[in-house]
Amino acid sequence: MEGINKVPVTIPLRDRIKGVASKIRKEMENEDEIRIMHLCGTHEDTITRFNLRSLMPDNLKLISGPGCPVCIIPDTDLQRVFHLIQETDITLTTFGDMARVPFEGRSLFYYRAKGHDIRVVYSIFDALEIAKKNKKPVVHFGIGFETTMPSTALAILDGIENFSVLSSHRFFLPAMDHLASLGEIKIDGFINPGHVSTIVGVKAYENILKRHRVPQVIAGFDPDDVMLAIYMLVDMIKKGEKEILNEYPRAVSYEGNEKSQMVMKEVFEKEDWEWRGIGVVKESGGNIKDKYDQFNAIKVYEDVFESFSPKEDKRKRMCRCGEVLRGLITPDDCSLFLKGCTPKNPVGPCMVSFEGICSIWASRGVRR
Amino acid sequence: MCLAFPGRVEKIEYPYAVANFGGTKRKVRIDLVDELKVGEYVLVHVGFAIQKVNEDEARQMEEIWKELIKSL
Repeated sequence: MEGINKVPVTIPLRDRIKGVASKIRKEMENEDEIRIMHLCGTHEDTITRFNLRSLMPDNLKLISGPGCPVCIIPDTDLQRVFHLIQETDITLTTFGDMARVPFEGRSLFYYRAKGHDIRVVYSIFDALEIAKKNKKPVVHFGIGFETTMPSTALAILDGIENFSVLSSHRFFLPAMDHLASLGEIKIDGFINPGHVSTIVGVKAYENILKRHRVPQVIAGFDPDDVMLAIYMLVDMIKKGEKEILNEYPRAVSYEGNEKSQMVMKEVFEKEDWEWRGIGVVKESGGNIKDKYDQFNAIKVYEDVFESFSPKEDKRKRMCRCGEVLRGLITPDDCSLFLKGCTPKNPVGPCMVSFEGICSIWASRGVRR
Repeated sequence: MCLAFPGRVEKIEYPYAVANFGGTKRKVRIDLVDELKVGEYVLVHVGFAIQKVNEDEARQMEEIWKELIKSL
């Protein structure tokens, strides 16, 4: 059997997982409780899909953090998009997950059915192609963390005249820092998001380590990656070591992807933006710099947004997505979970996105 | 959201390349990775290559696994 890049896989996956699981259990015998938080929806998917929580001893808890870019976008951003498509005749492009998030029961798919030109794209470059073929203005609703932001920056730098971006991009690392400062729950170790790390590199976490002294392991997304990361964290926590270890060196370097960092820095500036459930996080917003105003939908349609005022969605009053994102509760603590809120009829975004923990737990049907 | 898949580079027409994901081929942007060659593997996220897959590191990791399983 061959893994990626022709590196032969010598030990079968099952043996790896079983082996590390027994090592973790042995290490955790007669120990105090350890709480590990992962920060990426894809890690939650791996953990739930392969039922890794069932392999953990009772005194080791795996908690899900705010690693879902669709989930953390507040309703204000969503209403802004709805306002724009209703007031103008544009083509709106965005990613599939985002198009399904409801506000007062209506999502972008609802507006598409009403006749608005809304297209789901896999990549912002597909949106660029639409703009090139089309005379109509194309606005891309840009979401995502550091992993996705370089692609948006590249698209803006391409300078297509009838193309602009409504940026809901957020920098993830400030939120991680913010969450650790809140101190609402005890976190003994972080599993850092693999592909955010591909862009920002190991070095980007050093300040967070200095400030909070919580061990971190950057992990890949295969089940053996996640298991090994947990073992590395347990080992560090027991020895009292506080470091950033890299379990995913095949994709993450110390420096990260410097070209990506450069284009991001060229196009975006950091602003204090709101996150769902977390509040305003300092320097976490990916605002498009003034010199690219002509590609910033907020500036291009400035007059349209003058009449915009956000409201509260009364239907989401019972939704506890915010607490889920901070790791305070698990989906089954929410009274709506699998009752009033299902993947088919989601109330909040944690049930919409493929990276939302509510959606993952509901569709995989595994709980513990 | 931050999903990325490794694909094998089949053809390069800068700034684009055709990447093969286990049979599915797609055009991807490669401006943000250095010195890419045909036959190498790249991690692709929303249509752009975010990193070359580091083969040496992947091999070393395999060795670490061997040691780990041996030590059981």
